[in-house]
Amino acid sequence: MSEPILTVDDVEVTFPVRGIGKEGIKGVAGVSFDVRPGETFALVGESGSGKTTLARAVNGLQAISRGEINFEGQRIDTMSKAQMQPIRRRMSMMFQDPVGSLSPRMTVGDLVTEPFRIHGAEGRDMRAETERLLSLVGLPVDFATRYPHQLSGGQARRVGVARAIALDPALIIADEPTAGLDVSVQGEVLNLLNDLRERLGLAMVIITHNLHVVHHVADRTAVMYLGRFIETGETEAVFGAPRHPYTAALLSANPEPDPDKVHARISLPAEVPSLLSRPAGCEFHTRCPWAQARCSSDAPGEVAEGARRHRCYFPLDPGAMPPGMEGAA
Amino acid sequence: MTTLAISGLNVWFSTEDGPLHALKDVEFDVPERSIVGIVGESGCGKSTLINAILGLLADNGSIEGGSIQFEGAQDLVILGPKEMQDLRGPRISTVFQDPMGALNPVLTVGRQMVNIQYRDGGSTAEKRARAEEMLSLVRIPDAKAALDRYPHQFSGGMKQRIAIAMALMMKPALLIADEPTTALDATLEVATIELLKDLQEEIGCSVLFISHHLGVIAELCDEVVVMYAGEVVERGSVRQIFNDPRHPYTVRLLECDPARQTSRSRNLPTIPGEIPDLRQRPAGCVFAPRCHRVHAGCDQAQSLVEIGEGHAARCNLALEPQTAEATA
Amino acid sequence: MRRLLREPLGVFGLSLVVLVIFGAVFADLLSAYDPTRINPRVRFQGPSGDHLLGTDQLGRDLFSRVLYGGRIALFVALVSTAVSLVIGIVLGLIAGYGPRWLDNLMILLFDSMKSFPTVMLALALVTIMGPSLTAVMVVVVLVTVPGYARIIRTQTIAIKTSEFVTAAQSMGASNGRILFKHILPNVIGPLVILASMDIPVVIAIEAGMSFLGLGVRPPTPSWGSILNDGFSSIRDTAWIAIAGGLPIIITTLGFTFLGETLRDVFDPRLKGR
Repeated sequence: MSEPILTVDDVEVTFPVRGIGKEGIKGVAGVSFDVRPGETFALVGESGSGKTTLARAVNGLQAISRGEINFEGQRIDTMSKAQMQPIRRRMSMMFQDPVGSLSPRMTVGDLVTEPFRIHGAEGRDMRAETERLLSLVGLPVDFATRYPHQLSGGQARRVGVARAIALDPALIIADEPTAGLDVSVQGEVLNLLNDLRERLGLAMVIITHNLHVVHHVADRTAVMYLGRFIETGETEAVFGAPRHPYTAALLSANPEPDPDKVHARISLPAEVPSLLSRPAGCEFHTRCPWAQARCSSDAPGEVAEGARRHRCYFPLDPGAMPPGMEGAA
Repeated sequence: MTTLAISGLNVWFSTEDGPLHALKDVEFDVPERSIVGIVGESGCGKSTLINAILGLLADNGSIEGGSIQFEGAQDLVILGPKEMQDLRGPRISTVFQDPMGALNPVLTVGRQMVNIQYRDGGSTAEKRARAEEMLSLVRIPDAKAALDRYPHQFSGGMKQRIAIAMALMMKPALLIADEPTTALDATLEVATIELLKDLQEEIGCSVLFISHHLGVIAELCDEVVVMYAGEVVERGSVRQIFNDPRHPYTVRLLECDPARQTSRSRNLPTIPGEIPDLRQRPAGCVFAPRCHRVHAGCDQAQSLVEIGEGHAARCNLALEPQTAEATA
Repeated sequence: MRRLLREPLGVFGLSLVVLVIFGAVFADLLSAYDPTRINPRVRFQGPSGDHLLGTDQLGRDLFSRVLYGGRIALFVALVSTAVSLVIGIVLGLIAGYGPRWLDNLMILLFDSMKSFPTVMLALALVTIMGPSLTAVMVVVVLVTVPGYARIIRTQTIAIKTSEFVTAAQSMGASNGRILFKHILPNVIGPLVILASMDIPVVIAIEAGMSFLGLGVRPPTPSWGSILNDGFSSIRDTAWIAIAGGLPIIITTLGFTFLGETLRDVFDPRLKGR
């Protein structure tokens, strides 16, 4: 197995809170994972689970308060802006809003070649680069003169992909790459990313709340809840037999386009707790249908089961249903 | 009685680059006490349809022919602005993607819910009691206290539930729900559609539910209308549409949903091509340029072909079942 | 531009502005007289074929004085507005994008500049610098910069957290690149419109200061000084005051109509309708 390209070790991100003597809010509370070349790693979770914050921390847009981030053998979380500059050629990020992440007054041609202008364009033929990148992402060359507002969501997303791969990075972090796209276009963008991953040997971190997408594209998946990984593992294994009740609930919550499907849903009572007042013990116990006395007092540590890890005292067996719902499935 | 019967509806917009035919011969019914889903991708005319029903088309848009019969009594196309205004709210209410569109940030929830009932007689205390009842119906914990709170004190999911409570408070005959769960997380999305279904049964209203999320449509709706480029390309019961789609666009759209792919595949299906420019509609079938079954007959205008009870598709191949091989 | 020409008010404003600019630029061709030549024999004349707007108390041709005064007015307006724009943009970008303490400091500075009454500021400056065109322009710059900087600052703050700016940061773009390539093009539109609506204000300041004798020194013609001449001679003839006031009114209306139409045309809320 090849060496990981990205190693995130016990990373914490703290946001300051106004008021004297108050501790900050932990947006990310001790997360570790690694990504190997050519691998697709998915971060899954509901809004507020800290997945975007974690991605920004990896990309150096967000300072971390504890832990260590290593990329291609270098520690990057302590680097200065100038030191990060060469790293940015190797690691690029795609943002949620396909159109909104493109500068509105720049043409597609300028947008696509901007990475070269930032990182030294000496000796590069910008016209040729524009043509090369646009054809790589399947856009006609005459798009170079268009402005972002003249593009459809799918086309804008392709421009975003072209920008992300311009400098031949080793890692792409894609935050909700299919957000705001139509179903028929969503596939195009994921296929494009996958195709580029295969051809260029890219590693990818995909952040999404669309579990169906994750199932198809990710090699490994991490499920986040309140800034922690509550379950990590090979995608097929996690989806096939979730060990953590939250993963099971998330999977069962996905409405499926089949009117005859009988839903055996694990309903989660109450709302996601606020990061300002994390529950004691297991942070999921306030919503967990399986919660027992111990869960509300002691915080479970991470348990490794082969290649999988989870944080639960009472991991689920395949097909388990909550107490009182056993007959439903 | 049919709550909403739309027939032959055509909407045009005048734009700088010429007239745009936004809705063409739209025809479908929303039967009483039923949930009808409208599926379609961006540019299919969903928003124009909602605005046409509500009488809120932009100044450069106009309805050219067709009728929108509401409760078999009124044609919304010819109704004046004043009468339309009286219908919107008490008889036809709306829920949108962003609940803050319906909530006033500077008034308490209770105050707003009392204000909606301005047409009803009765004391404020009665109206408050009714508001409280409505909030507990949408499962807002501690409804009495919630009345005195401001919208920003609720989470996104709760705000959407409050918006639903406000929309259903006057027991409308028709609720138009435009992507109400799109901004919500999966767990909340499921809870919200289950709630919507319960409330619809309890109040006995009809719902026109617009979404691009096929899973939500399959789970919630009784009937489905598939729209493409401003036309109804197929309509039928939810089972007819999902289990026996007859229009090639419906077939491809269903295929594209990664949730329909049972086996894990890195290569996902797509529909190549783009929606045509609605200023220059093709003379024949509007989907033909992207269709995998295109043939000689497709350059003729297509009419809705009746396939079975309530099931129709705008395709001359509609009577042949669409097999999986045909799409390969 | 096409939309601008469809608005009657915009066309009207534009033609007034073009008229004023044309008059100022071709002043030497349009008038037969030297604006400063004194001719005591033709004092206080009303409009006639020889003197289109009549003559003043010293027998100078008012029409040519008005045209040459237009040069001064437009010169002051354009130069000082341009200087204000540049300073306002730079200060606004720094305040909006820079650290919080710098922003607070600059807001304090803008507010204290704004709170100073224009007339007091003008008097103080003229006391130091002496009455001159430069003094007028310095006053104009000091008066308009805080407003411009505030607009740029507010827009910069609104836009600096948008995704395309974050995307540029994640690519490693320098602050200069982010400010001038990504933020500035998106914040400058409203400012240009505001500036075009400010031009009549600037012309009024110039005229006002010249009227008070704090601006352009005689005998150089300025609309303000013509107006002043008119007031001292109002018992002899009203034509001098009218000749001084009319161009101010025309220019003010022209730029105001033009600016308002531009604002309506470019208002993002009306875009795409």
